[in-house]
Amino acid sequence: MSLAGYEFEVQRDDGLATEEMTLNMGPQHPSTHGVLRFVVKADGEIMRTALPDIGYLHRSIEKISEKVGYHGFMPYTDRVDYVSAMQCNQGWAMVCERAAGIEVPRRGEFCRVIACELGRIASHLLSVGTMVMDIGGMTPFTHAIREREKVNNLLEDLCGARLTFNYMRIGGVAWDLPPGYTEQVTAFLDQFEPLIDEYNDLISYNKIYVERLANVAAVSKEEAINYNLVGPNLRGCGFQYDVRRDEPYSIYPELDFEVPVGTGEVGTLGDCFDRYMVRIKELKESCKIVRQCLEMIPDGPVLARVAKKLKPPVGDAHVRVEASRGDMGWYVVSDGSEFPYRTKIRTGSFSAMSIVDKLSRGLMIADLIALIASLDVVAPEVDR
Amino acid sequence: MQSFIDGLIASGVFGGLPAEAIYPAMMFLFASIVVFGFVLPLVTITIWLERRVWSRIQSRVGPNRVGPQGVLQGLADGVKNILKEDVVPDAADRPLFVFAPYLLVWGFLATFVVIPFSSALVIADLNVGILYIVAIVALSAVGVLMAGWASNNKWSLLGGIRSAAQVVSYEIPAGLALLPVVLLTGTLSTQGIIQAQGWAPWDWFLFHSPFTFIAAFAFYISALAETNRTPFDIPEAESELVAGFATEYSGFRFALFFLAEWGSLYVTGAIMAVLFLGGWQIPTGWTNNTVVLNIAQLTVFFLKAYFWVFLAMWIRATLPRIRVDQMMSLCWKYLVPLGFVNLVGTAVWMVIWPEGNTFVPYLMVVGTLALLVIFFRRVLYHLRRAKPELYFNPAI
Repeated sequence: MSLAGYEFEVQRDDGLATEEMTLNMGPQHPSTHGVLRFVVKADGEIMRTALPDIGYLHRSIEKISEKVGYHGFMPYTDRVDYVSAMQCNQGWAMVCERAAGIEVPRRGEFCRVIACELGRIASHLLSVGTMVMDIGGMTPFTHAIREREKVNNLLEDLCGARLTFNYMRIGGVAWDLPPGYTEQVTAFLDQFEPLIDEYNDLISYNKIYVERLANVAAVSKEEAINYNLVGPNLRGCGFQYDVRRDEPYSIYPELDFEVPVGTGEVGTLGDCFDRYMVRIKELKESCKIVRQCLEMIPDGPVLARVAKKLKPPVGDAHVRVEASRGDMGWYVVSDGSEFPYRTKIRTGSFSAMSIVDKLSRGLMIADLIALIASLDVVAPEVDR
Repeated sequence: MQSFIDGLIASGVFGGLPAEAIYPAMMFLFASIVVFGFVLPLVTITIWLERRVWSRIQSRVGPNRVGPQGVLQGLADGVKNILKEDVVPDAADRPLFVFAPYLLVWGFLATFVVIPFSSALVIADLNVGILYIVAIVALSAVGVLMAGWASNNKWSLLGGIRSAAQVVSYEIPAGLALLPVVLLTGTLSTQGIIQAQGWAPWDWFLFHSPFTFIAAFAFYISALAETNRTPFDIPEAESELVAGFATEYSGFRFALFFLAEWGSLYVTGAIMAVLFLGGWQIPTGWTNNTVVLNIAQLTVFFLKAYFWVFLAMWIRATLPRIRVDQMMSLCWKYLVPLGFVNLVGTAVWMVIWPEGNTFVPYLMVVGTLALLVIFFRRVLYHLRRAKPELYFNPAI
């Protein structure tokens, strides 16, 4: 890959010749969260630039959709973002429903939202846990993973899988809630919600942790929009935008929830700490949404009648869902056959990679770790 | 030690061998006994203890398979490491690469020469004991720098350079924090410093004056930094530098790095116990049996040393890692000025109360106890609030 245009001269007053060190961070590096590579040009500990080199996890998922058909593509959507697969399921199901004009039963929509928000809790727990671990704290990670296991157990009860769920179907969901599910989920939420405060006590406002994150890699509102940041990264800059609220889909308009934004409480608005804190606050909001859904869920079928060989009319459809890593766009073009003509998935991690180069200039190497962690990049979602 | 060998010579155990040959041979023998009979088991136990303490803090079980409660886990890891291939990278500077771990291990093993275990058990009671420790511990920095340079790996190099900067900087606050105690006792000998204290907390240098109290913690922080412990583990920061200076090492050389790291953890605790917690001092007069007395002193010394070791484990499990520039500013902006304040403050204290203030130590002991009570009440409050499932049984 060409690094032309990124050559920096290091000039010293005493005339000694120095050169910059080119560091390859990744593809196998403990804190790049998967197979990501950064070409870091560093002057000692100070970075001049960190260029993301992506593509190590490219699996041609969009192309696969053209060969397996609408129903058959559902398990592959799990692999787009395996940390929060439920929202990817939902995106694909919704875009197919919009293309084919299928109405989802109301109970099915509630099942979807419950599954998605539980998935969001799991994803954000992994995100904040690994972020603390990247900063060097070991204990909060295990505490977050302990709670994530409980969410995984709940999702396993729901659909039989713990990571790649394949729960949703075009026209609804595969299975209804199992008996006693409401009580199980409520018990988990009752136990989990106080732990968010404990998590804040344990690490969020820890002096060292705040020092490491405050004022590091701050993104302004305009920058965030120009670089197409989405989801918690965008909200961390203080810009209140959430697809669930601003372009409502499913049953979200009926639900009451806040859209937390970064406040710059310990440093600059939009720094790493704000992005971290938005995720912590979203955990609470997701708990709130799940509780409401469990109360409001009506009786009825969960899956509409959909043709085995789905052939949407010629045309295209586009939906946006608020995935754990932000606005996820799903676009499908149908040529009237049983296979999609073209599928496009737009993910939050991919666009987040574009700002790494700009933010990393002048940071220290240790800050790059905090930056990547705070952007919550998941490598398979970058490459698809 | 010398008198013991003299006694052996006098009793004719060695026949007619010249004394010049017997002294080095005996020293070598005792050093071997200390290394293999004491330090290696100590390190494996410390590693096991750390992993169990961590597990409890992190709500896991931890190693419990090898031996009773997993005590022999360190042994199993050691055997595994010996069986692994000892890879030396092609591009590495081979002699330096091979030599670096030994230097690191020497750096901490040599400190055991002056660390006393009881009133009688000390290999050599050097009259420059503390100075010797400060000097010899710095050897490990050379080892780390050598490992980082010789690996010919950029991550290793960064780790090595970070370590050199760190150790060189933190030598100064550590040295300054030792000086108040040296001022108070007028000796550098470890045994001399312990004998200047008493068994009771108010006779310890920790509670001698506010200045020594601060010096104790300044020294502890500096010692954590010198031994590359969290929150100062930036030379091997695994999320930043892969494994820092140890990235290219494998097999037993890799194990030696770990040996040195956990070994120096005990050394830190032992120095803290010697300088500030009264070392092996116990109430006297209850026994005339020297062996029983020494065993009691040994136990007390271990408890005191392991208190600090446990604290380091606790800190490591709790705190994140600080950044390089923050570490430097902590050292030069806060700890070094604090060290000078302590030094001058102790000197002034000694001028005002040459025999030591009789009231302040009691006050400080009471204050510390009050702090502990407040701390545990807070712990209880959080336990009540979070309603966790508690397992008090230490054996799982």
